[in-house]
Amino acid sequence: MQQQELIPHLFRTEFGRITAVLCKLFGFENINVAEDITSETFLAALDTWPYKGIPENPQAWLYTVAKNKAKNSLTRKQLFDQKISLAVQAEYPTEDVMEIDLTDRNIHDSQLQMLFAVCHPSIPPEAQVGLALRILCGFGIDEIAHAFLSNKETINKRLFRAKEKLRAARVKMEFPPENELKARLQPVLTTIYLLFNEGYYSETENEILRKDLCDEAMRLLKMLIDYPLTNKPEVNALFALMCFQASRFAARKDKNGEIVLYEDQEESLWDKELITIGALHLNMAAQGSYLSKYHLEASIAYWHTIKADTPEKWENILHLYNHLLVIEYSPVAALNRTYALARVKGNEAAIIEAEKLNLTNNPFYHTLLGELYKDINTLKAKEHLLNALRLAKTDTDKKTIYAKLEAL
Amino acid sequence: MMNEYALIMRHQDGTKVASPEQIQVWMKQTMDWIGGIAAQNKFVSGTGLPFDEARVVSHNKVVTNGPFGDIKETIGGFIIVRAESADEAAELAKGCPVLQGEGNTVEVRKIAKNDNTH
Repeated sequence: MQQQELIPHLFRTEFGRITAVLCKLFGFENINVAEDITSETFLAALDTWPYKGIPENPQAWLYTVAKNKAKNSLTRKQLFDQKISLAVQAEYPTEDVMEIDLTDRNIHDSQLQMLFAVCHPSIPPEAQVGLALRILCGFGIDEIAHAFLSNKETINKRLFRAKEKLRAARVKMEFPPENELKARLQPVLTTIYLLFNEGYYSETENEILRKDLCDEAMRLLKMLIDYPLTNKPEVNALFALMCFQASRFAARKDKNGEIVLYEDQEESLWDKELITIGALHLNMAAQGSYLSKYHLEASIAYWHTIKADTPEKWENILHLYNHLLVIEYSPVAALNRTYALARVKGNEAAIIEAEKLNLTNNPFYHTLLGELYKDINTLKAKEHLLNALRLAKTDTDKKTIYAKLEAL
Repeated sequence: MMNEYALIMRHQDGTKVASPEQIQVWMKQTMDWIGGIAAQNKFVSGTGLPFDEARVVSHNKVVTNGPFGDIKETIGGFIIVRAESADEAAELAKGCPVLQGEGNTVEVRKIAKNDNTH
């Protein structure tokens, strides 16, 4: 029998789907049961596939096994004695209990509901990201630990506590009611945004893992876009932002894995198709009167997809950063705004504003001032770059600063 | 201790009509000024006060259109900033483009706190 090629990430993708569907069936409070059944299903595959060959339709095989395991689990007495039985019996009066719905529609709905469940405001954002990675994206604990530069034990504890809190908050597998949707959507978008940034800026050397994190963030966001009630302008704006950022993925690292700064990037390596998709979603985002920070960030990212420096480009970027800072302050935005100001009004004007920022403990503050002083006062530039070097946290940043010092 | 201050922009003569081009320049300058304050994490809120649909209610409860009656001076808008002191708030006010017009002023006023001290 011909060995069929295993679909890349099959188990990872199916973990999220099967767990979501089972969790919807058992109730969120029994999420551990759902996770266990999914894991057991994969173990069963591991026991069989290497010897009998990979089935024609591996997905269907997994669903069948998962269904059987779920049925067994449901009929197991101890489980029935717990809350599950009442909940399940109420919803599926008699024989229907055995119908476990693994249709595309139910998988999609369950995953969306799971997204809202794990992005519940009762747990902190980093716990939301961890849970989303584990439950919705099927990442292993070791992979999550790797992505967060942490260890398995810490991540396990974090996820355990998060699930306890969600149970205590009586979080349910359901769509938020329409009047709460706008508010509940915010932490969901924050989590997906963090997930993407984790991949885009992560220090982990594992390039494939980083790309996967970004892909997963975009996949989750696409689910929200495909669902009419959550297909909101700000969701499209965030998706556009990610498309523009991801378009530079291949250009950001050289052959040795070193970061290539924006100015030095090979434009031909930018993914034009992603830029086009991003522009499409940015257009779709331009509806209604609500201007989210994602709109502004996506517009800034859009201008960065145009490599040529024009006064128009930097004036627009400055304007967008002004607006972004008014909506929400962040040190990164403050520093980037000052850089844009330098491009519009010159370095001397920007130095005056930069020195008011009060970010003397931030390495990027000193990198910026080093850059601004470069042609004005070499001594000052050096002083700032040395400060930056002292404060820099990652090797990549240190290398970048060092190169600037060398070039003075 | 951070306090909040209102920076109130006063125009000496609100009846002066500026060209659309000039208004656009002012708008950009104002946004740059506010962006600079926001970049220091000192911006709280703010709004412009357009003259369209403005009304003035007088002592005798007569309502007139527009802010301009016997006095030409008018308020163009205000922003609220975070600052340690009135002096620091005044420092922020110095960048306000309204001050390019001779006779125009920015008034700095502390916002009363809801902590029973006022």
